[in-house]
Amino acid sequence: MASVKDHKSHEMGLHDETLTGRTQQVFFNSEESANFFYDDSYEVDINKRAEIDVEKLLCLEVNKKIKDLMKQGYGTIVLKNPGAKHSLGVGILNKLNLIVEGSLGYFGIGSIDGPVVRISGRVGWSCAENMMAGKVVIEKNAGSCFGAAIRGGDLICKGSVGARSGIDMKGGTIIIGGNAGAFTGFMMQRGRIIILGDVGPNLGDSLYDGTIFVGGKITSLGADAVQAEMTDLDVGWLKRKLKVAEIEKKVDFSKMTKIVSGKKLWNYDNLEPSERKGAI
Amino acid sequence: MCGIAGLIHRGKSTNIGREMQNMLQSLKHRGPDSTGYALYGDGNTDNYILRFKVGENVKEGSSAKIEDPSVYDSRKEKVNSEILTAGAKIIEEERITPYCFRYVIKCDDDLLELAQKIESVEMTEILSLGKSLELVKDIGDASVVADQYSLNNFNGTHGIGHTRMATESGVDIRSAHPFWGYPFSDVSVVHNGQLTNYWNTRRKLEKIGMRFMSNCDSELIAVYLATKIREEIDLEDAMKTSLDDLDGVFTYLVATKDKLGMAKDYMAAKPMVLYESDDLVVLASEEVAIRSLLPHEIDTHDPYEGVVKVWQA
Repeated sequence: MASVKDHKSHEMGLHDETLTGRTQQVFFNSEESANFFYDDSYEVDINKRAEIDVEKLLCLEVNKKIKDLMKQGYGTIVLKNPGAKHSLGVGILNKLNLIVEGSLGYFGIGSIDGPVVRISGRVGWSCAENMMAGKVVIEKNAGSCFGAAIRGGDLICKGSVGARSGIDMKGGTIIIGGNAGAFTGFMMQRGRIIILGDVGPNLGDSLYDGTIFVGGKITSLGADAVQAEMTDLDVGWLKRKLKVAEIEKKVDFSKMTKIVSGKKLWNYDNLEPSERKGAI
Repeated sequence: MCGIAGLIHRGKSTNIGREMQNMLQSLKHRGPDSTGYALYGDGNTDNYILRFKVGENVKEGSSAKIEDPSVYDSRKEKVNSEILTAGAKIIEEERITPYCFRYVIKCDDDLLELAQKIESVEMTEILSLGKSLELVKDIGDASVVADQYSLNNFNGTHGIGHTRMATESGVDIRSAHPFWGYPFSDVSVVHNGQLTNYWNTRRKLEKIGMRFMSNCDSELIAVYLATKIREEIDLEDAMKTSLDDLDGVFTYLVATKDKLGMAKDYMAAKPMVLYESDDLVVLASEEVAIRSLLPHEIDTHDPYEGVVKVWQA
């Protein structure tokens, strides 16, 4: 590993402070178990189904209706006529089968923890931002900032996505069946992104950690993003993951390009030993 | 934030006034301060349509002043006199608001001299001059402006529009979009974003004689493209060079007599959703605007970074 003085920024007198480093990982402690449950979590029956016609409703009304239906035990909810409205289906912290018949606008399905969401149309910017867990499947295209800052779960777009997909993601998996725009995986910190098509410039720019797999052409790599060797473990994982993602595209996984962090940009040298182990 | 929208019908003319109003009204939340339309009518081969204002409509943050309406009449008479001095003839004249007018005029193609004479009248600004372009902008949302200027039954092939959230300059008509590509017939621009080399580029363009009527960075794009048109550079090529010459984050739409174009900067930080079919192209900052025209399920996508596209009517 390069010493602190190897960095040009340090030669210039920048960033020479001693950092203690601090992990973002939260460890479960049974004494704090109350902090790991949500107040608004409901027992729902997946076979109990309800429909909401969104056409004449505001997003706040729709989200409240979803919550009310979950409270009544409905485990499958269908949103009809979403009309690309913004912020639909956000903040669902529950097991739920949510079906969107149409397209969503900006910030759809944000901050969710647990539901399985299927969207037959397209989604706008920042779909599933801050997702913690669950599965979201989009049949058509997605806008920019797809899966921004997600922490977990599987986020799948069968079509193409805009710029900055997976920006700041801290876990989970993003799967893109088509192409992706510029700055995909920008400042990504953990998790995996799979792009079966081509990807735009500055892929993985300022990538801290995590892995990006690309099936098509890469326009250019961003700062500190480097190519790594595909392993049998990678191929096996990709095969399994694509199956889960319901993408029926024939892919030669062994020929995919694997991108990881070069770990030259950040203060890896200053991490505490245990964290360094985790980061490396 | 601001919202922009545009549409072009290929090979047919429809009520684009109503269509653009619906799109812009659904983008009201992106910019409630002012709304502007650049609508391309069925065309008039002989005469020009001139839209101009002789005063301002002003709200917060503007350095312009509300004036006594009595001054508008005298300015209008001076404009009429300047039009005649330039050798043009007024065929029709209509007062839309106390400060805004729509004229049909007959003139030769030296629009620069005519424009300079008209704008020599105090507080007078040409909003548009062209054979098919009619540019309307004022304070208020899309419905307010459309009603005020009777745009609900405007037939044409294409148009662009803008809902403005005033950030870098005040709320008034001069800072509202669209901007006319002075002094070229039928060129208009709307923009969403920020240009960070505005003053440097403006100074360069002013040195070669280009005119600016506001301090709004978006006007720079219209003037920049007008400069390229003056140099006889093709619209699409001019838009491509703009991606390198303009700094900042931006998505803009430009329209000419028979074309609609869009450009998105290399960072792709400003949104644009595109629907394209054989007979219709619709673009907007948000899909919800496209849905106001096409409520059924359609395929849309975000054009990528550094993309320039031009469509023919």
